[in-house]
Amino acid sequence: MTAGATRGMWVIARYTFRECARRRVTVVVPVLSAIFLALYGLGVHFAFEAAHGTTRAAGGLVDTHALVGATLVGLAMFAILFLGAVFAVFLTFNTVRGDAETGSLQTLVVRPLSRPALLAGRFLGAGMLCGVYVFVMYLVAVAITGRIGDWWPHPLLLPGAALVGAVVIVAALSVLVSVYLTAIPSGIVVLMLYLAGLLAGLLGQIGDALSLSNLQTTGRYIAFVVPFEALYQQGLNSLTSGMTGLARVIVQLGPFGGAQDFGSWLWLYCLGYLLAVAALATWSFARRDL
Amino acid sequence: MAPLLEVRDLAKRYRATDALRGVSLRVEGASLVGLLGPNGAGKSTLVKICCGLVHPTSGEVRVAGHAPGTPEACAAIGYLAELFRFPPWLSADEVLRLHQELAGSRGGAEERSALLELVGLGYAAGRRVGEMSKGMQQRLGIAQALIGSPPLLLLDEPTSALDPAGRRDVRDLLVELRARGTSVLLNSHLLSEVELVCDRVVIIDAGRVVAEGDPGRLARAGGVEIETASGIRHFPDAGRDDIPGLVARLVAEGERVYEVRQVRSTLEDVYLEVVTPQEGR
Repeated sequence: MTAGATRGMWVIARYTFRECARRRVTVVVPVLSAIFLALYGLGVHFAFEAAHGTTRAAGGLVDTHALVGATLVGLAMFAILFLGAVFAVFLTFNTVRGDAETGSLQTLVVRPLSRPALLAGRFLGAGMLCGVYVFVMYLVAVAITGRIGDWWPHPLLLPGAALVGAVVIVAALSVLVSVYLTAIPSGIVVLMLYLAGLLAGLLGQIGDALSLSNLQTTGRYIAFVVPFEALYQQGLNSLTSGMTGLARVIVQLGPFGGAQDFGSWLWLYCLGYLLAVAALATWSFARRDL
Repeated sequence: MAPLLEVRDLAKRYRATDALRGVSLRVEGASLVGLLGPNGAGKSTLVKICCGLVHPTSGEVRVAGHAPGTPEACAAIGYLAELFRFPPWLSADEVLRLHQELAGSRGGAEERSALLELVGLGYAAGRRVGEMSKGMQQRLGIAQALIGSPPLLLLDEPTSALDPAGRRDVRDLLVELRARGTSVLLNSHLLSEVELVCDRVVIIDAGRVVAEGDPGRLARAGGVEIETASGIRHFPDAGRDDIPGLVARLVAEGERVYEVRQVRSTLEDVYLEVVTPQEGR
């Protein structure tokens, strides 16, 4: 990428930040996030209060305290990923065809920055915003859980990093889909992809519970097709990796994903996936008439 | 030195529709070239191809010697789209700053201020686009196209949202830009506007160039009319040099001559003559 294109890419990324700061999304997202965190704090308070005094259940086999903490943070991760995915879609669903239809894109494309740089700038801006958002939200949720219930995940940061990776992939897919579809259909398709990912997690979970290998394999394959789900499961899995015994089994069979371990090479796969999505989006955008 | 814009045998096909069928034109020096034609003639497609927004099916376009869409070609042009929208949350000054950054212009606040003054928006630098009228946004669009003083301006219907006073302002601005050495390709529906300011006119119909030349030559002589006591006498093949002889002959025949007019066809006459009526397509 030339120096001019790199400069243009950062200008577009800053423009995305400014767009986010000026539009109502900056009001809506913090308000919704604050409401969620307040409700979450309330839930954590009552959940730990109910669990107080019963540190061991099932004849002493289950660490109730850890079970409640891990389940609550898992719940928070589910909600944060959902909010982050909606935020990513909102910032990117009109990147190409949506903006071209309203006439916003043409005046930018004719500037000497190249189409790939424009696309990269929009992705970079949206990806950074969403990534920072979900990571901060995760840290706040963990802090609430730790402060109220005195339970901290081990490892602390890996589940948050998995959420960041997941939401960055959602943003990349949204940019890619925006090359082919106008704003509203693009947003709908990406949210449906997101739901398909959740379904994959659910299938894998049912497969695990009922020992159905076909279902497990199907869930696993779908998670690779939309790897934000695989990252989310990896995050959940790392959340409970410090737990032992029946509590770990119960949390893994909980309502928020199969929590499969995809192995550390999943990160490499996701990087390759992002590069492939970027290459396809750039190629398609370069061929498109505006 | 390469011409600022050179289009050779350009064709563009959208599925089953031929938008352009072998268009060729050149823009060089400091000139104002008007692009005329009915709706769907291919004017906007031609301008978009020159900007690198649309890919041609065949033919060649060079902008300042470079392929359209390349950074070098983009740096040489200022473009105002027919339909455009600036982000409503940005102020006029911020829109220009964004485009300065993208164009790599070092003009800074001085350039932004001068451009806003030039298009009559000096008082609205801090006003958000969302609070501007369509006419104000059109003026801002023209200012945006002038960022970095590009040698070639491609303006697609730049006066479509302006009132008569605004149109006159833009005409004056175009003349001033030409005086500064800028070339302009002006795509417009307004024949009078093109006739008033352009050095050369290219009329496109159904994707082909059907007439080209300077407006004075295109609006050719249409004969001589002489008003006499017995009525108006029309001499369709006569020119300016024939008038004294015609008058002398009529007087010699005993006619009383009251008025002599040299008839010229207007650009509108030429346009209507060369452009196929919509129902004939």
